[in-house]
Formats: sequence, C-alpha cells, structure tokens
Amino acid sequence: MSPAGSTAVLQAHELRFTWPGAAAPCIDIAQFEVRAGEAVFLHGPSGCGKSTLLSLLAGVLVAGSGRVSLLGQDWAALGGSARDRRRVAHVGYIFQQFNLLPYLSVMDNVLLPCRFSARRRAQGSRAQAEQLLTGMGIGADLWERSALQLSVGQQQRVAAARALVGRPEVVIADEPTSALDEDRREAFLDVLLAACASHGSALVFVSHDRRIAERFGRHVLLPEINRAAAHAQPA
Amino acid sequence: MTALLSIAWKSAWNRRFTLALTVFSIALATLLLLGVERIRTELRENFASAVSGTDLIVGARTGSTQLLLYSVFHIGSATNNIGWKSVQALEQHPGVAWVVPLSLGDSHRGFPVVATTRAYFAHVRRGEQLLDEGQPFSGLFDAVIGADVAEQLGYRIDQKITLAHGTGELTPEHADKPFTVVGILKRTGTPIDRTVHIGLEAMEAIHLEWAGGTPMPGLKIPAEQVRKFDLRPKNVTAALVGLKNRAAVFAVQRWVQTYPEEPLMAILPGVALDELWQVIGVGEKALLALSGLVGIVSLAGLVSVVMAGLNERRRELAVLRAVGAGARHVLALLALEGAIVTVLGVALGTLLAALGIAALGPWLHAHYGLALRLAAPTLNEGLLLAALLAAGWLASLLPGVRAYRLSLADGLSPRI
Repeated sequence: MSPAGSTAVLQAHELRFTWPGAAAPCIDIAQFEVRAGEAVFLHGPSGCGKSTLLSLLAGVLVAGSGRVSLLGQDWAALGGSARDRRRVAHVGYIFQQFNLLPYLSVMDNVLLPCRFSARRRAQGSRAQAEQLLTGMGIGADLWERSALQLSVGQQQRVAAARALVGRPEVVIADEPTSALDEDRREAFLDVLLAACASHGSALVFVSHDRRIAERFGRHVLLPEINRAAAHAQPA
Repeated sequence: MTALLSIAWKSAWNRRFTLALTVFSIALATLLLLGVERIRTELRENFASAVSGTDLIVGARTGSTQLLLYSVFHIGSATNNIGWKSVQALEQHPGVAWVVPLSLGDSHRGFPVVATTRAYFAHVRRGEQLLDEGQPFSGLFDAVIGADVAEQLGYRIDQKITLAHGTGELTPEHADKPFTVVGILKRTGTPIDRTVHIGLEAMEAIHLEWAGGTPMPGLKIPAEQVRKFDLRPKNVTAALVGLKNRAAVFAVQRWVQTYPEEPLMAILPGVALDELWQVIGVGEKALLALSGLVGIVSLAGLVSVVMAGLNERRRELAVLRAVGAGARHVLALLALEGAIVTVLGVALGTLLAALGIAALGPWLHAHYGLALRLAAPTLNEGLLLAALLAAGWLASLLPGVRAYRLSLADGLSPRI
C-alpha cells in the first residue's frame, strides 16, 4: 500500500477552459489536486464538465489560463506530441465502454500502452499483464481471444488491466461502470480499487452514480469546485 | 513506428472486405491504364515496323499521309499511278540502294493484292526472313500470301486462287487466270499479314484484255498465251526506296520532287507516320484520359470508403489516443492504411495486366497481329504507376486529415 496524502500527482490551479466558439468558460476551478495513491470519486450531473476536466487533467486539452500539471510538469509547457508521450507514460485511461480494439487479442490490448511508451514498457511486462488479468478474473483461456468475444463486464476489466500495466502514477476512469449491471459494477470496483492500491496508482473515477461513492476515500462534487458549472455546456 | 505498422495492418485486416473492394477497384483502374498504355505503344510499334527499313516512299503527288496509307497500309486508293520509266530512273539514281515497286488495286476475297518484285522479300522490314513456308513467287501465276490470308481462308501451299478486279466484294473475277500459292509469310502484325503478293508481270497478264475496269467483250487471251505479250509493267502505284546512305535522304527526296518527266512525290515514312499519329493521337489521348477518369473514380471510392468508416472508427482512434498514440500517429495510421490499400491495388493491377498479357498475348497476336509482349514497365508505364501510387496516397490523406482533426477535437471522449 502506498501512502496517500504525500505528494500531489495532479494539480490544477486557477484553471479556466472555454470550448472554441463557446461564449462562457466550461471549466473554472480555483484549486484541485490528486495525491499519489489516493482514490478520488468525481461526480456531478451530466454537462457539468466532467469529461472536459478529465481531458484537461490528462493533457488532451490545454487550459486557456491557469495551470494543470502532472507530477509537477505543466501540460501547457509541452508540445502536442510531448504531451502524448507524457500522458501514456504516466496515465492509464478507462472509457465508459468500447475500450478494446476489436482486431487485437485480449493480451495485445492490455499491452498496447507498452507499445507506445518506453516507460510503460520498462515498468510493465507480459508477466505483469498476466498477473493483472488473473487478478481481474480474466483466465488464461481468454488471453489470446479476440476482445470482441468478451462480455461487456470482462471488457471493462481488461481495460482496467490495460490502464494499470506498466504502473502509471494516475489512472483516469470516465464512467467505466455505467454500462454494467449492479453485480458486475461491484465486482469491477472491487478489482479496480484493489489493483490501483497494490500498484500505488492514484485513481480519478468519474461517475454520476452516487451509490458507489462510498467505495472511495475522497469525494469531489464537481459543481462545487467548478465556478463555471452553472452556465456551461460542453461543445 | 513498427507498433503502428502492425496496428495499421491488423486494423485494415479487420475491415478487409470493404478494403478488398477498394483494392480491387484500384487494381482495375491500374489494369485499364496499363492496358491502354501498352496497347497504344505496341500499336505504334506495329505501325512503325510496317515501314521499317524503308527510307522513302515514292508515289504520284497527293497528301503524304494518303500516300503512306494506301501504299503501306492499303487504306484508301491511289489517285494516280507513276510511270515505269520513273521507277527505272529512280533505280539508276546513285544514292538509291533498292527500289520495291508496288502495284495495287486488285483483291482476293477482300484481301488486297500487291503486285511487286522479288526484291520485296529481300528489303521490306529490313530484309528480315518473311517466309514461313514455301518460297517467293517465281512463275508468272505464283502468289505468296500473308499469315491472315492463309489462316482465315484456310489456304496451304499449292492452293489455287483467283483474283478479283478492284477491291469490292462483287467485282468481276480474273477467273480465267488462276494463281497458285507458293509461299506463306510469317505473322508480322503489319498489313503484310492481310496481303496477297504477286509479280508485277502477273498483274499485267491478268489485265491484258481489260480496259476501263471491265473485260473487253469478245477478247479472250488464254493463260498459256499471255507470255507472248509484253508483260513489262507500264506503271505502278508506288515504290518503296532504300538508300545507300540515309544521310542522302533529303537530296533524293528533292530529286524525286523535281523529277522533270512526271509529277512525283517522296515521303519519309517516319515523318508521315508522325503526322498520322497527330491525327490519331487525339483518340489515343481521349482513351488515356478515360482510363485516368476511371482511376480518379476508384480513388474517390477509396476516399469515400475510408471516410464512411471514419465515424465508426472514432472510438478506435480515441482508444489509440488513450494508450499513447498521438494525433500524428492517427494521421500516420490512416495514411499508412491508404498506402497499403493503394500499393496492394496497384500491385494487383500490374499483376493482372501481366497475367492478361501472358494469357491473351498469343491470341491477340494470332487474331489481330498485335504483339503484346510481357516486358518490364516502360518509362511511361512507370510514370503512370507512380502517379497512381501518389494520387492514391494523397487521396488517403484526405480522410487522414479529417481523422486527425476529429481526434484533436474529440480528445479522449469522442462524441458519437
């Protein structure tokens, strides 16, 4: 277990972001940070800017003003491809659904970040991927199958294994349980939280489903910190 | 980059049925372009080979293209003949190595008859061995036939044939003076294949009792008696001329043009052929442009297939972005896919063209005398292929750029 509350892995300071063509900013946050190893539950109604904030934290979008940094490095100071490299080196990402490339096997899907990032390759391995998959309840008989042959719940767990392979400091999950029924949702949260804890990765988990909030150490209601939430809509 | 290559390949393989159609349409466009280009080149070579070795063609004054067409290709007819004395004077010219006189006008079942001398077999087509079997005509009523004549009419050596006066189907026959086939020529892909060759004296002999295009009533000269008459030709249609030194070609041409006894003209077959190509070239270019359009249509197909698939692939591209592929990788992925599809299409088209030439070549040669050879691409074909590859790749950049923009705008959460 890695100690929560030590150093900040993600920091946002006086962050403002306006979608091109929009009149008002979508994100306006004075201060937000995620510490190493902590599991943050970020929630709020649809359209309050959750996905936009995640894109800003992951360096896919760059702040209009203010500062967003990953491990102390300001995203805005980096060029497009440097951000791409830094993102894959330090961040694992899980989508709501359709996380896997249908033409790759389960194992190849998990190892994808290692193809693009030397750091993930150095800290990850096939053995680690096997261990993660086994931990997620994906048996060895499924590893070489096409990702399409898996159930939705299995696909989300494979995506979680992929987000964690190579020990990134941060895992960002964008409503990964919304396509799952209740039993699968609980099972998925069990394995995701356990894996993040054992790898020492911080988890930013976005959902509008407050029933699962109790599983997380820290809750953030986005409209409370986002001063733009009242009148903003993502483009 | 290798990671991307294998992903591009697997992604393309995943959509192989759609992409295969695109590959196939590019292959067809390639096949068409190559085919048209190859046939065009070979056609020109065939035409050029019909006059190869001949330095000048001499005939009565007319258009140079017209003289070339009727003397060599037996298309159209001469307006005037040239006197035998002029031919003899030409033979005496110090710069002239050989003269092959040609006398046209008769036909045999639709095939033109050319009366000439044995020099024909020694000099036409640079003196290459023309005879496939038999020998050149030596007796008065001997005939040597081209490969098409032999094949289409089923003639062999010793076949008796009668010639018709004029070139129509329903023309009076020289039935009283049958000829014997003594030689059959090799297939050349030139008008020679469709020609019946006889001696100039024979031409005179079968026309002894004729005047104004019909037999003179009441006059019958049996074949055995024609030798009693003067069978020296009085005039011929044209003459092929070879020079001792090609450098003298303009001097000899001028000599012919200013020949005092009779108005004559001499043409350089290569120049006349070029003039002919300038006319035919419009049609050729139209054909090539049409194939080019087919190429554009199939490339448009490539663009639309990739474009249409792009929306379905936004999720795939977002996943790639999430695992570390940059927007530039996405652009490269689509460009790579376009390149794979284009290269496969062009390669398949080239292969099909080669197979087509190998399979249809002998048949084309047998039926049309068109010698399509299996050869390495010519410079022109190479340029065509390069243009196709470049155009295909550029076309595939279009959806690539769109995907690049989409993936920049979508970030990690595609709105679909």
